[in-house]
Amino acid sequence: MPYLMRRVLVLLLTGWAALTINFVLPRLMPGNPAEVMLARFQGRLSPRALAALTVEFGVHTHQSLLTQYVVYWGHMLTGNFGLSLTYYPASVGQMVAQAFPWTLGLVGISTLIAFVLGTGIGIAAAWRHGSRLDGVLLPVSLLLSAMPYFWFALLILYVFGFVLGWFPVGGGLNLAHRVGGFAGLGTVVDHAILPAATITITAAGGWVLTMRNNMVAILGADFVKFARAKGLADRTVEIRYAARNAILPSFTGFAMAIGFVVGGALLTEIVFSYPGLGYLLYEAVLNLDYPLMQAIFLFISLAVLVANFLADLAYILLDPRVRAVGRP
Amino acid sequence: MTLRAFLANRRAMAGAAILVVFALLATLAPFLAPYSPTNINFPPMLGPSSAHLLGTTANGQDVLSQLIWGSRDTLLVGLLTATIISGIQLAVGIFGGYVGGWVDEVLSMLTNIFLVMPGLPLMIIVAAYVTVKGTVPIIFVITITGWAWGARVLRSQTLTLRSQAFVEAAQLSGESRWRIVLTHIVPNMAGILVANFFGAALYAVLSEAGLEFLGLGNVNTVTWGTMLYWAENDEALLMGLWQWMVLPGLCIALLGTAFGLLNFAVDEVVNPRLRRT
Amino acid sequence: MSPLLEITQLTVGYGGGERPPVLAVQDLDLTVRPGEVVGIAGESGCGKSTLALAASGLLDPPGRVLGGSVRFDGQDLLGLSPPAWRRLRLRQIAMVFQASMNVLNPVLRIRDQFLDAMQAHGVNSRRDAHERTQAVFELVKIPARFLDAYPHQLSGGMRQRAVIALCLVLEPRLIFMDEPTTALDVVVQRAILQSVNDLRVQRDFAVVFITHDLSLLIEIADRIAIMYAGYLVEEASGPELYQDPLHPYTQALMQAFPPLGEVRSRLQGIPGQPPDLRRLPPGCPFAARCGKVQRGRCDAVQPAMTVVTPGHRVACHLYPLAAEGGKRA
Repeated sequence: MPYLMRRVLVLLLTGWAALTINFVLPRLMPGNPAEVMLARFQGRLSPRALAALTVEFGVHTHQSLLTQYVVYWGHMLTGNFGLSLTYYPASVGQMVAQAFPWTLGLVGISTLIAFVLGTGIGIAAAWRHGSRLDGVLLPVSLLLSAMPYFWFALLILYVFGFVLGWFPVGGGLNLAHRVGGFAGLGTVVDHAILPAATITITAAGGWVLTMRNNMVAILGADFVKFARAKGLADRTVEIRYAARNAILPSFTGFAMAIGFVVGGALLTEIVFSYPGLGYLLYEAVLNLDYPLMQAIFLFISLAVLVANFLADLAYILLDPRVRAVGRP
Repeated sequence: MTLRAFLANRRAMAGAAILVVFALLATLAPFLAPYSPTNINFPPMLGPSSAHLLGTTANGQDVLSQLIWGSRDTLLVGLLTATIISGIQLAVGIFGGYVGGWVDEVLSMLTNIFLVMPGLPLMIIVAAYVTVKGTVPIIFVITITGWAWGARVLRSQTLTLRSQAFVEAAQLSGESRWRIVLTHIVPNMAGILVANFFGAALYAVLSEAGLEFLGLGNVNTVTWGTMLYWAENDEALLMGLWQWMVLPGLCIALLGTAFGLLNFAVDEVVNPRLRRT
Repeated sequence: MSPLLEITQLTVGYGGGERPPVLAVQDLDLTVRPGEVVGIAGESGCGKSTLALAASGLLDPPGRVLGGSVRFDGQDLLGLSPPAWRRLRLRQIAMVFQASMNVLNPVLRIRDQFLDAMQAHGVNSRRDAHERTQAVFELVKIPARFLDAYPHQLSGGMRQRAVIALCLVLEPRLIFMDEPTTALDVVVQRAILQSVNDLRVQRDFAVVFITHDLSLLIEIADRIAIMYAGYLVEEASGPELYQDPLHPYTQALMQAFPPLGEVRSRLQGIPGQPPDLRRLPPGCPFAARCGKVQRGRCDAVQPAMTVVTPGHRVACHLYPLAAEGGKRA
């Protein structure tokens, strides 16, 4: 099966799996969590909303599972995610739509910076492997990638937000969140710097390690030796011959890395009360707002899937060997 | 020979040393900790003093005792989860890689799906649905999201080994499949297995901390994660109780680094292409 | 004619630090004259690849040159700075590696790998570069359309020839070829060797050809050097060595690789193993496997190099110094 088709299949299957997990979980868990949730919101929601919830979570219903599943898919495909219990009467769709751009901007940009930065440092470390720089970088990168994101976020929030007062602390972001708009690009950037730094610094460590190891392995390859034997400049050998090949596994390993980064980013958002999906998810969890939780999970999963698919496409562009094999 | 290379590896030894220190802390907690970690009868919010070397929490608990006892469950969850994850990786990776055919297709697809599914969000919603909070659900959710990568690595390793001459020779000499797997394939993957184990332990410790920080574990147990949960809830940093917030996180980072170092070092020892020249 | 490459007393070792280095090449003398094909033969691990790497400045740590000198066209190579080396490579000295099938960058088109090389050596006109590339591609008989292919789209033999073409594009005066055809089948091997020989006549470069297959060398080499356990044990012209191999090891190699065309009825390996370079026994390193070993002499005293007839030298106690009036060469 050609590479691209296989990736599309994985994309579709994973999307299906994410949707199905949402359907199955509330029906599978012991102790009937959905019922507990409904009981909590009895009286706070309109009877119509409650009735809709019972259908959505399969409580007190006489429909068969299959019928429920079909109805569920109908809802998902038409973008009907139900009402948020926390932000009632706002719909889940509205809440997610409001939060999504924040997360996309924050996580997208800082992940990109972390990737470029980490990969660059990894290349430099590998090129001088065995040197003092390499020796120091390794444990530092390990320590950075072994730090809990949220803990590091708390520390820099405390130091740069409270003690030094250089950047706004969570409160300012809450304001932006409640108002739903922003005074100007300046404040957005201002608010984003600390969370973005958290994500960038903790995520870059992982990329340093990945790239460094790939690159050290590639430096022993015959084609790198031959590049030297051709009398190419060191820089050309390093970048165009070694790094250009060593970066390929970074794209195939992207799936795991991005999932991990997104997880950390969610926690970071919570610490900074950043008005994105992570913070919304946190509130949903605190309030047992299952419809909101499900929609957020779905959106994050889809976003990660798309990011992965883009990484796959980049991989295809970068590696001629996975493209269709043929003779010129 | 491999063992000697491992012992000579500075990174491996540094990782092992940190791990040993934490393991000693965990086993000797009753003797090392000055107080019970759950004793709430001390004056709250004390700074460091001779009676409370690291001060007390907002709830009047001794921070040092909590830190020492906290190593127990943190380490236990990390190692136990990593063991379960390694078992699943081994089973899925070898089974798929060795049996091949449609079994392999299905397992690979499943692996790919779990690989791409973002771990923490899935953990969060599963944990939110679990009505009984505690260690077992935590281990469960970390396991289901953490096995895929290693399974993929082990599968491709199995495929490589399967085509090697000594395995083919064993097949021709009529050895049974499971005997070949046990005597020829698993031993040759020992290094990767060990490296993966430490990788999984790192993942488990960090995931556990994240989940507990969100209050999705049992917040009444004492682990480094729940310590951070309470420290954040009671605004430890704003209260000036920095040691309550900084130290548990630092311990997690150090333990994680130890697992990371071991993972890295084992990889370096078994994979000659990474060796320092 | 003054020598193009002159290796004297070269010693190369691996490792070191606390333990003494393992010597892969010891006290080796060898000269290559312009336009000549010199073959180096020996079993794997005898140091022949290390010799080529050291002489072409491509030895990676932990390997390093411990003594002796390498001169190219009168210039001392061992003291050369990295930039000076870089200018010399491919322009003057090229190297076709053992694993030649894998030496092309898998993610760059073949053409770009040629252009990179020429750009690095100051061929800045793209047109000039393209013309040169086309020309060498024709020489090695690969259709020009493959220039725009990626390495994986070429067959093994084609890749091999592309690498040889790349090594020729700047018309170097010396090419090292380290088992360039081992991974190929015999027909392709011979085709490539044939074209290398034709090219040599056209372009007039010297070749140092390294292989474990002595029969191959007898066909193509002007002069042949035999290495064993890091030492040069015999050197003679191709026909001379074929007619009159002196060293028992050379004789054994001949039996292991009878010349092509002869029936390989006695095809057999040489009994025993080469010695462990970390623990070389005293005396002649081949003594333990030698059928003509003289106990008490061969395993005690290391034989010196003796010139038996002009151009034919051997290091073996069967050919004593005094009797032939030889001297240490």
